[in-house]
Amino acid sequence: MEELANLFHGFAVALQPYNIMLMIIGITLGVIIGVLPGLGGANGVAILLPLTFSMPPTSAIIMLSCIYWGALFGGAITSILFNIPGEPWSVATTFDGYPMAQQGKPGEALTAAFTSSFVGALFAVIMITLVAPLVAGFALRFGPAEKFAVYFLAFCSFVGLSKEPPFKTIAAMMIGFALAAVGLDSITGQLRLTFGVTELLNGFDFLIAVIGLFGIGEILLTMEEGLAFRGGNASINLRVVLQTWRELPAYWMTSLRSCLIGCWMGVTPAGATPASFMSYGIAKRLARRGNNFGKGEIEGVIAPETAAHAAGTSALLPMLSLGVPGSPTAAVLLGGLLIWGLQPGPMLFVEQKEFVWGLIASMYLGNIAGLIVVLTCVPVFAAILRVPFGIIAPLILVLCAIGAYSVHNSTFDVMLMLVFGVLGYLLKKCNYPLAPLVLAIVLGDKAEEAFRQSLLGSQGSLGVFFSNGLVSTIMALGLVALFWSAIQEGYSRLRTSMA
Amino acid sequence: MKPFVLSVALAAIAMSCAGSTASVAAWEPVRPVEFIVPAGTGGGADQMARTIQGIVTKHNLMKQPLVVINKAGGAGGEGFLDVKTSTNNPHKIIITLSNLFTTPLATGIPFNWKDLTPVAMLALDEFVLWVNAEKPYQSVKDYVDATKKAPSGSFKMGGTGSKQEDQIITVGIEKAIEAKFTYIPYKGGGEVAVQLVGNHVDSTVNNPIEAVAQWRGGKVRPLCVFDAQPMAYDEPIADGKAWKDIPTCKSQGLAMEYLMLRGIFMSPKATKDQIEYYVELFKKVRATPEWQDFMKSGAFNTTFLAGADYAKWIEAEEKRHEGLMKEAGFLASGN
Repeated sequence: MEELANLFHGFAVALQPYNIMLMIIGITLGVIIGVLPGLGGANGVAILLPLTFSMPPTSAIIMLSCIYWGALFGGAITSILFNIPGEPWSVATTFDGYPMAQQGKPGEALTAAFTSSFVGALFAVIMITLVAPLVAGFALRFGPAEKFAVYFLAFCSFVGLSKEPPFKTIAAMMIGFALAAVGLDSITGQLRLTFGVTELLNGFDFLIAVIGLFGIGEILLTMEEGLAFRGGNASINLRVVLQTWRELPAYWMTSLRSCLIGCWMGVTPAGATPASFMSYGIAKRLARRGNNFGKGEIEGVIAPETAAHAAGTSALLPMLSLGVPGSPTAAVLLGGLLIWGLQPGPMLFVEQKEFVWGLIASMYLGNIAGLIVVLTCVPVFAAILRVPFGIIAPLILVLCAIGAYSVHNSTFDVMLMLVFGVLGYLLKKCNYPLAPLVLAIVLGDKAEEAFRQSLLGSQGSLGVFFSNGLVSTIMALGLVALFWSAIQEGYSRLRTSMA
Repeated sequence: MKPFVLSVALAAIAMSCAGSTASVAAWEPVRPVEFIVPAGTGGGADQMARTIQGIVTKHNLMKQPLVVINKAGGAGGEGFLDVKTSTNNPHKIIITLSNLFTTPLATGIPFNWKDLTPVAMLALDEFVLWVNAEKPYQSVKDYVDATKKAPSGSFKMGGTGSKQEDQIITVGIEKAIEAKFTYIPYKGGGEVAVQLVGNHVDSTVNNPIEAVAQWRGGKVRPLCVFDAQPMAYDEPIADGKAWKDIPTCKSQGLAMEYLMLRGIFMSPKATKDQIEYYVELFKKVRATPEWQDFMKSGAFNTTFLAGADYAKWIEAEEKRHEGLMKEAGFLASGN
């Protein structure tokens, strides 16, 4: 009960006019940051961090966390309209969101994306409010072996559940792993596969690969198909929001499942990107219309968006209670906390009640404010698709180039983006799936790191991945997901032979 | 590349103008100054750089903005090479950590601190030996006895990065007490501290700022500090103990000392006026209450050096790192 009193006090803090103003400014800035690919939430928050040093800590964190919400919302916009994910976790949103936009339903896709984001985030905030101390302790049980098991599960649920030919999926994934291996090997401190090229010291950044593979690749494909942009007949009416809302409750099962996946991945802390991929993969297999996934199914937008936001929000919990950021943006926020003289960790909830509950209250309010801001803009965003391709394509190209440049302030990355664009075009022409490749680039080096850390700790014994109940369960789930098709086939055969 | 070339040209013109009037006014930045951080966002160097940026903005210490840019690739190699190739661009400074020495030695990238112009040492970061509070070791002696009793390699030391400061200290401890650890590298100091709390590693050598929250929460216990004297801060942190109450490792029979440089360098071939400008700037930063609070929160060693003293210190430290890394077998082949 004391928590509830604290929360209401938090609402009182967050509802001061000055803080509400900061909230709306933060959301708007965040949406802009999210729309620009490359300039992700982490960079955006880092750039704006010094601006907040003159504010009281509670106001500062309200504004920064609203930028974070805004970026989470904004990432979906370009994914759906142009097939360019503004943020890593919105990659999975492109799979069905972009086809929907092309079928003249960008309004529906955007509304579904924003609403699911809101639902996911709200679910996570409620979880934080109610069970924060319990969940925080859970994260402590995650050593390298447990982390690897989670990544393993993410890979398996994606491979085993996809309906592409397994050979092509694995081939695409291997290309991704190879690209992820370039750069500094964090276990031995040696450079790998850089061939003395200093530009490759950093490895291949995921964002540059994605901007090229999806954005540029898509433009090349559209050009080949005769410069037609098929979103032209998009309805630009606020009523589309209400219509979509009427459809959404039918997918409550997918939402709930995605919320749970998201919260779990955010707390562990594996992050929003694996959460969105895993949730999409599982929804594809379990949904009634799963066969239609990838062709513009609204459920394929709901699943990844809900999970990504549940994860993005719950990632703040380990940051506050343990000082471990669950996402890059959370890492920058963590730096901010330290500068304001707040020490994240077990004592924060005890010593800085006003700050913590002010932040949690601002999560509720920031999300509601964010939803209102982005939903009213849906018709505007959707109308962008009415602009002829000849005008919009160069603009997208410029946007992509700026995005790729701003990741590391390097022109080399812009070239790299073009190379990835051609690669994306070729892979699409040969019907190789891009998603496993992207998944491997994002999670490949993290999975490798966790794997090698585990083996260092166990002195080379693979038994570490089955050494306790938690890690064994996750590994077993992964194996089940990997061989799901075979298991299902065996089961149905068993049933026919019984009958 | 064009805008960059253009801006360099502009800067050159501006500088030649400035040069002609140098006798009248000392140098001042004429466009935004890039503050490179050769490490990721959220880490110790990044926090310090962003604190400085905040202080400079709040107290109006510069007429031009100071922009923090992270170039973390290749254990910071990306940032160092960027500044190295910015000869005659006085609008670029870089904050360094020990990777100034360790990265070129371990990876063999073509860089040495002499490629840059030293400006000033801002502070030195301390290292403390931490164990989980549930473990029975109350003193260094208990700890050393336990490591010696454990089978070789079964004692796990967690640290930040590979072949960097944490691992160097680990090798130093191994030498000093004749035991063998398994060193497990993680991405960041905060993560290392949490791995210790979760009992996934047996001990760490976290910086004070990385582990202080867990100490105050009663989850970890400091055993000793790797410095010649105890730290200067006597405000109680946890269980009535202050940073000052942590004994030096040497006094406890663990002969290893290590401090990490938090210093500023600028691009090659900077003029005396330019160096002087930044030295004065950082003197002003150090005088602010925000900086002093920051030093206190991280229990930093606040030694300040500039000019020849600073260069001499770096040179000695470079030799020391070369020795330590050679002994540990961390040098890149061909070095």
